[in-house]
Amino acid sequence: MVAQNIFFYAIAAVMVFSAIRVVTCKNVVHAAMYLVLVLAGVAAQYILLASEFLAATQVLVYIGAIVVLVLFGVMLTRAKLGEDVNLTNDYWYVGAFTAVILFVLLATSLLDHYGDEPLDQANAETQLANNTEQVADALFSAYVVPFQAVSVLLLVALVGAIALARRD
Amino acid sequence: MDDLMLNQFLLLSAILFSVGVYGVLAKRNAVVVLMSIELILNAVNINLIAFGAHNGTIVGSVFALFVIAVAAAEVGVGLAIVLLIYRNRKSVDLDEVAQMRG
Repeated sequence: MVAQNIFFYAIAAVMVFSAIRVVTCKNVVHAAMYLVLVLAGVAAQYILLASEFLAATQVLVYIGAIVVLVLFGVMLTRAKLGEDVNLTNDYWYVGAFTAVILFVLLATSLLDHYGDEPLDQANAETQLANNTEQVADALFSAYVVPFQAVSVLLLVALVGAIALARRD
Repeated sequence: MDDLMLNQFLLLSAILFSVGVYGVLAKRNAVVVLMSIELILNAVNINLIAFGAHNGTIVGSVFALFVIAVAAAEVGVGLAIVLLIYRNRKSVDLDEVAQMRG
């Protein structure tokens, strides 16, 4: 239990630092690299929460595909690869104010409502057994219609991205 | 302190969400805004998985999978739009894309 907590706080510290670097970094490529750290940290948190299938999916889809796509976006839009001081707009303090207010609201309501409720480890452990099997069972029984809808959505996104990006 | 709390996951996700909101509001580069949206979606996913583990149900994981699929579609179409903006205007500065201002 203590080891889990140590890992949680170590990973959380890396994630928070990297997330802040993603939005404060002056270099777009460095921001994408810090995004990789955040996404890997999220995968590690999934493992702490006994969802190893989601952790594998996170690594494959986010780190493997989405970050590469973002890096291609950086390359194709010729964002300056060196320092780019104008990455933040003139009204950044409004954004910072909104984010701080939002966080204070979320944190107070969470602390108020969940206090120090322990994570139900017994439940988490029943989930740990055959996690992938359970996900597959749920996906192909109760959630088969949304699953098909997602496949159609991905097809639509594919066709839409090609139709938008091709030159005629 | 010797047990994992539900709240520590929820607070971590609240921090990630707020940082993502700041990025969406404050950055000028469209690609960085897309990265901030990924931060927000990941914060939501941590919440889904944490509540799923807390309640002992697999549904949280299933919904997180759907969120991942939608995020992949979103980033694909989003980058296509950013590319189109770059092709037409030679810049991805969101402050300059103001034709739709009322």
